Amino acid sequence: MSADPLVTLTDVRKSFGAFVALSDITLTVARGERVVICGPSGSGKSTLIRCINGLEPYQEGRITVGGRLLGLEDDLVRREVGMVFQSFNLFPHLTILGNCMLAPEWVQGKSRAEAEATARRYLDRVGILDQAGKYPAQLSGGQQQRVAIARALCMAPRLMLFDEPTSALDPEMVKEVLDVMTDLAREGMTMICVTHEMGFAQAVADRVVFMDRGRIVEEAPPAAFFSAPQSPRAQEFLAQLLH
Amino acid sequence: MMRWLLSDSVRLGRIGRALGALTLIAVLTLVNQKPPVVEGLDPWFLRLSIALALTALIAANIRALGLLPRAAQIWAVWVELFLGLMAFFWSFDLSFAFIARKIGFLITQGVAMTLYISALSILIATAIALVGAVAKLSRNGVIYGLASFYTSLFRGLPLLMQIYIIYLGLPQVGYVIGAVPAGVMALSLCYGAYMTEIFRAGIEGIPRGQTEGATALGLSPAQSMVLVILPQAMRIIIPPTGNQFIAMLKDSSLVSVVGVWELMYLARTQGQTEFRHIEMLITASMIYWLLSIGLEYAQGRIEARFGRAHVR
Repeated sequence: MSADPLVTLTDVRKSFGAFVALSDITLTVARGERVVICGPSGSGKSTLIRCINGLEPYQEGRITVGGRLLGLEDDLVRREVGMVFQSFNLFPHLTILGNCMLAPEWVQGKSRAEAEATARRYLDRVGILDQAGKYPAQLSGGQQQRVAIARALCMAPRLMLFDEPTSALDPEMVKEVLDVMTDLAREGMTMICVTHEMGFAQAVADRVVFMDRGRIVEEAPPAAFFSAPQSPRAQEFLAQLLH
Repeated sequence: MMRWLLSDSVRLGRIGRALGALTLIAVLTLVNQKPPVVEGLDPWFLRLSIALALTALIAANIRALGLLPRAAQIWAVWVELFLGLMAFFWSFDLSFAFIARKIGFLITQGVAMTLYISALSILIATAIALVGAVAKLSRNGVIYGLASFYTSLFRGLPLLMQIYIIYLGLPQVGYVIGAVPAGVMALSLCYGAYMTEIFRAGIEGIPRGQTEGATALGLSPAQSMVLVILPQAMRIIIPPTGNQFIAMLKDSSLVSVVGVWELMYLARTQGQTEFRHIEMLITASMIYWLLSIGLEYAQGRIEARFGRAHVR
């Protein structure tokens, strides 16, 4: 583990009524580290990532981001943590530019001009500046997801969370989104990604976390995880992916 | 026989029209309450002749309408029905001189007061509905309890009763209230309860991902509601709210029972002085209708405006 942790989860437990969604989760993510979380559906990957910015409350243990405790300082954490959703969650009543300017203006208190300059810079970075005046419904799925990434980056986050960012996309649009994510990783952004894109995990991740039934079953660098998984569940999971 | 009937759609159409015409003749013959009396002619023969003539007229009319393009058909139907309505009013033998004498006052006092009460009430009701809808979506039991009791009570009592209770009841506990404030209060509370449900449905109609997207960006719950959820919910909220406004315009006539000088009250009292009730009632009705048409038009414009972003 690194000496400079950005995210720490200690003995986290979460349940929905009688169903235990997460148990005994202990995980540390260092500044600048890229972690990919994978596992079968219903294993708690999304729940875990949603706990890290307070979209889901947890019942036991503690989660901190940059030293701030989730459950107590959620507002402060969210300003520093960007999130990209499977279903984009762009605001359909605002233009692309409007989507990217909303939080900088209202949360960070930037002026309109400042917020617009920031928005244009990041839209340019994800290659979508020419669509700035359009509404989300006028864009393809891949373009919408790139806008969602730009919208999160406009808040200058220290950590980016990706919750299955390519799962809702047509196959030919997956690459354009992964390319943006890969660039982001190269620039040193701390990232936690829930994804089934094993190629992306192998190319970009420092560490793969494998989850099953609400627990972390295995943690390893991608080379080791993909070539020689230790747990039977991970072996089974990877075997299914190959088919 | 059935096969022969169904084998030819043209033949079937003719049979259908013939049956329709026969039915119409029969109905018109039977419902004619005031057949003219002509010496030496059987009244039933007269009824039948009139029914035949009317049916022929209607058939010719339908055929003529069929030749027009759609937009012209709509206009023609409106004009015909409007003329029919006017003919119905004409049959009352109205005194137009009386109407001309009174209409100025009906508008300057009555319409002005009706619009004032309605506009003020819809504004207050909208504010109540916003708060009520958020309260009804609250996870806090006390807040939800307050909101649900409010909507249940004020949707459950007849509006007329609410007006009486507020106007006559509040003085009992020491608050003497004027007729206009009592009317505005009753209308606001009653329509606020209905509109709470409309707003709640509108807010609930927005996918949860929108709130999550806003929350993840660091927006507060209030900011998410005002900047993200409500602008989208407006598309769902505006059409039924427009209907509520039109309904309120007419329900404001109930306020006349406590003596507010709005359109309905004046229509009743102005007619009384010269026993010309029907003149004033018809005039007021037409004014209500005109106002409603104006509101419908405004509603259409606002809907078009809020639908803008969703045009692909």
